[in-house]
Amino acid sequence: MGVGHDETPAFSLLGPPGRVVAVHNEREHAPDLRLDEVFEAITRGREDEEALEALFFQRTRDAEVVRYRHEVFRDLDDPAVWEAALAFCGSVREVLSHLSQARAMRVSEQRQGWTLDAAAIYCAAVRKLAGDLDGLRLGSRGMRDFRRYLLECSASAEFGRLEAESDECKAALGDLRYCVHIDGGRVTVTRDEGETDYSEEIHSVFERFRQGAVRSYLVSYRAWPGMTSVGQRVLGLVVRLFPEEFALLGRFTERHAGFFDPGVDRFYRELQFYMSYRQLVDSIRSGGLELCYPEVDAQSKEELVEDTFDLALAIKLLSAGEKVVANDFHLGEGERIFVVSGPNQGGKTTFARTFGQLHHLAALGVPVPGRQARLFLCDRIFTHFEREEDHSGMTGKLETDLLRVQQTLRSATAASVVVMNEVFSSTSLEDNRLLGAEAMGRLIELDCLTVYVTFVDELASLAPSVVSMISTIVPGDPAQRTFKVVRGPANGLAYALALAEKYRLTRPQLLERIP
Amino acid sequence: MKAHLLYPDRDFDFTAEPGPLHDDLVIDLELASVLRAMAAGDRFLLDVSRSVLLESLDDVGLILYRQAVLSDCIEQEDTVRGLYATVVAALQDKRGLFWGIRSGSPRTNLSGAITQLEGFVVRLREVRQVADDHLEHVRSEGLRNLFESIRRDLDDAYFEILRGHLRRLHFQNGVFMSGRLDRDNTGIDYVLHSPGTKRRRWRERVGLAPRTSYSFTVPPRDEGANNELADLENRGLNHVANAAAQAADHIESYFTMLRAELAFYVACLNLRSALLERGAPVVFPVPLPSEPARFTCGDLRDTALVLQTAETVVGNDVDADDRPLVLVTGANSGGKSTFLRSVGLAQLMLQCGMYVTASSYSSSVHSAVFTHFGREEDESMRSGRLDDELRRMSVIVDAAARHALVLFNESFSGTNEREGSEIGRQIVEALLERDAAVFFVTHQFDFADGFRRSRPSTTRFLRAERAGDGQPSYRLVPADPLPTSFAVDVYRRIGGFADATPGAPGAGRGDGGALHSAEQAGSDAVASKRAG
Repeated sequence: MGVGHDETPAFSLLGPPGRVVAVHNEREHAPDLRLDEVFEAITRGREDEEALEALFFQRTRDAEVVRYRHEVFRDLDDPAVWEAALAFCGSVREVLSHLSQARAMRVSEQRQGWTLDAAAIYCAAVRKLAGDLDGLRLGSRGMRDFRRYLLECSASAEFGRLEAESDECKAALGDLRYCVHIDGGRVTVTRDEGETDYSEEIHSVFERFRQGAVRSYLVSYRAWPGMTSVGQRVLGLVVRLFPEEFALLGRFTERHAGFFDPGVDRFYRELQFYMSYRQLVDSIRSGGLELCYPEVDAQSKEELVEDTFDLALAIKLLSAGEKVVANDFHLGEGERIFVVSGPNQGGKTTFARTFGQLHHLAALGVPVPGRQARLFLCDRIFTHFEREEDHSGMTGKLETDLLRVQQTLRSATAASVVVMNEVFSSTSLEDNRLLGAEAMGRLIELDCLTVYVTFVDELASLAPSVVSMISTIVPGDPAQRTFKVVRGPANGLAYALALAEKYRLTRPQLLERIP
Repeated sequence: MKAHLLYPDRDFDFTAEPGPLHDDLVIDLELASVLRAMAAGDRFLLDVSRSVLLESLDDVGLILYRQAVLSDCIEQEDTVRGLYATVVAALQDKRGLFWGIRSGSPRTNLSGAITQLEGFVVRLREVRQVADDHLEHVRSEGLRNLFESIRRDLDDAYFEILRGHLRRLHFQNGVFMSGRLDRDNTGIDYVLHSPGTKRRRWRERVGLAPRTSYSFTVPPRDEGANNELADLENRGLNHVANAAAQAADHIESYFTMLRAELAFYVACLNLRSALLERGAPVVFPVPLPSEPARFTCGDLRDTALVLQTAETVVGNDVDADDRPLVLVTGANSGGKSTFLRSVGLAQLMLQCGMYVTASSYSSSVHSAVFTHFGREEDESMRSGRLDDELRRMSVIVDAAARHALVLFNESFSGTNEREGSEIGRQIVEALLERDAAVFFVTHQFDFADGFRRSRPSTTRFLRAERAGDGQPSYRLVPADPLPTSFAVDVYRRIGGFADATPGAPGAGRGDGGALHSAEQAGSDAVASKRAG
């Protein structure tokens, strides 16, 4: 086995080894922020999918851990390191799939064959990664610790033996040739003695009768991972014909069944956190958008983000070849709450979602959308987006809404982030204003970071800690949106009728559409 | 051979693409509960019910045609269920067999086909028996025609012919076939001879003398060992097996058609039992021509809700004849959405020929039923709420013709009240000018009150009623809109947003004049209603 397989490896990519990190592990806000679908998409099909996905919900308030992960990400920004990691992951995936294939086999020689192949690929992958990393400049503590471990592991006598024996076995089995004769119910297997292709002989014997093209009677058979009973019996005879080669294979798999070093395994699994997210970063950067390593702080709530965007929306828009609009925001001294109002379809919801996403991502230690960012490491994230009405308990929508808001406002602390998007929308304007003021009063008192999207203008000027933001339109074309959300006084213009006209829903338009 | 239980002159087209708005109807009207009760565990019944319910008829004659068949079915429930069970059993016989013939060689296909055909003939005899026994008990045109056609097309002489073929297909004297040599001397182009021809045999033997190293022999019963022989026979049987399998498929398609035509009525029987069991009223509605606008109901209940709850569901009495606009306002959680669904469901049920969940119901038929309900934000995330609402409205307008029925639930509330009202007003006015009937649930006072001023005599105003204790009664009464909703009641009942601990910072904060005056308005409303 590899070096140190019976103790905790002396490295970790996810945080300084030995440091106890408190994590915030809620997911409730993820669907509203559309982060669940982002994480689901980037982890799908990877090793230990669920455990990997779970990492993306484990936020920390420890700035040291965030910086530790940034270091690893920065190492992977080096194309040479990135290529080495990619190649290694590709090989390990193949090794793991071979091993699971092997486990599924009933026939021992088949099982052994898959295992041998897995071992050979594993040896090459470890050898290559050690060689690649050896020559590279690594800046992160995580990657440097692992390199030290890997170099020791690949230089060990044990690894040398694994490598040599897998080569030997491969060569022996690769050279083997045999024949099968079937006569009625009788099947005979022999060593190959260089017989010529009989079908060629038949072809040439009857060739003189040939008048033109003939149709093909070849039946195509699919390859199955298992084996028929006849196939098994044939293989049994082949084994008897070539006892030494198979004895070699048997000894190899017996000796090296658990060839996969646990430290290398741990590295591979932890690396998936970085690989999965960084692949996303790459595809977003290639769409012309920026992600950055944010400055993080668990104390200061002064924030500044430039050119940020909704990650989930960007993925969709970029894949459709559409343009993504980026936004800036900042919270100065004493400023805590963004009240966002203005025309609909103007990016208010997107702004709210972006704000929530940034705080989640910053606390994972991953790059965040934006050219530069300074963000607060929050404890909990509360989101309140309109939900589908639930009739099952005959509870009205309003009561459900109010109970959810109440729950949020009673659980949030000064270190929380709250995102409320058009709550109370099922009430009258008057009720909306009233309940909005109640909720805002509580948020102001809590002093927590908040985005509150509403069309009730009055809420934007309740306290000095409240910052009014508005979505904007193209001057002269009210139906067109810029998706820019900027600081500005709430002005009550929602341009709704312009939008109705765009959908041809004004009365004259409708009378034309329904003749 | 046709059944024509849903239309007098054609099959129902179950393969038709669902309409673009059908999913909305299913969600908004909570049709899933109704369909589940109609299916009673039979997935096929669910699919058929869904198609038939959503494919509304706007022809009063067709509706009455189906009502007559359904009425027969209710009277002859055991007969109809028995016939359906026979048809289902026939199809299940076949499905059961299919597991055995998956290898797909001609020999297995043929023997599978024969077994199927033999099974089908037994079921066909049962179907004929039902027609013989019950022709005299049915009155509807649909069922009479069906039973008569079964007696005509499946007469005794026909069964005799079937029997002969099934006997010969067994090839009890073996399979006989001729073939020819290909240029490499292998056999090709086998032709199967009719049973009875002189027996011939094909033999081919390859005489290799292999150098023996290791050998094994497969027992004669082993399928693998007899592959060559079986393969040869299979080539000969190919065309006959194909014809027999197709014959079985034809009969299967007949049973499938029969099942589809019967399914809707069986589903109606299922739902009827479920409703009666819960003490809900069930009545055949009176379908009326599109004009003039008619809508009157007594004790109309939300069919979906009846099925979802153990409690007694409150019904509504509404007279909206000559009032194509029905505006519903009032308390939250007061039964407004439930009423809207009850109307949508009843109208769909009427327009597919069903009974409705009411003690009386008569309504004009509409070109189609549409729902426009408040929804979670658009999946694409790009549009805001109002944008999404308008987009869905536009899809409805694309599909709508004159005489539509449109049900709105808190629509156009994705913007502020003033603008939402204006958008809603224009849309409703245009729809009414195009002879639509509109049911609109709204909390927007400005919007509702506008129609009170402009259309007092062609609008029916309903309001969610509150009992004396302030609890909703879930019953709607004719009443004008009030200038407030009852959100504050709910807010007070749940104890406010801040921590409930007495003396905690923020407890009761903002509980000022506005709250008291809003509550005051609510009590005034109750008081004035009592007084009225």
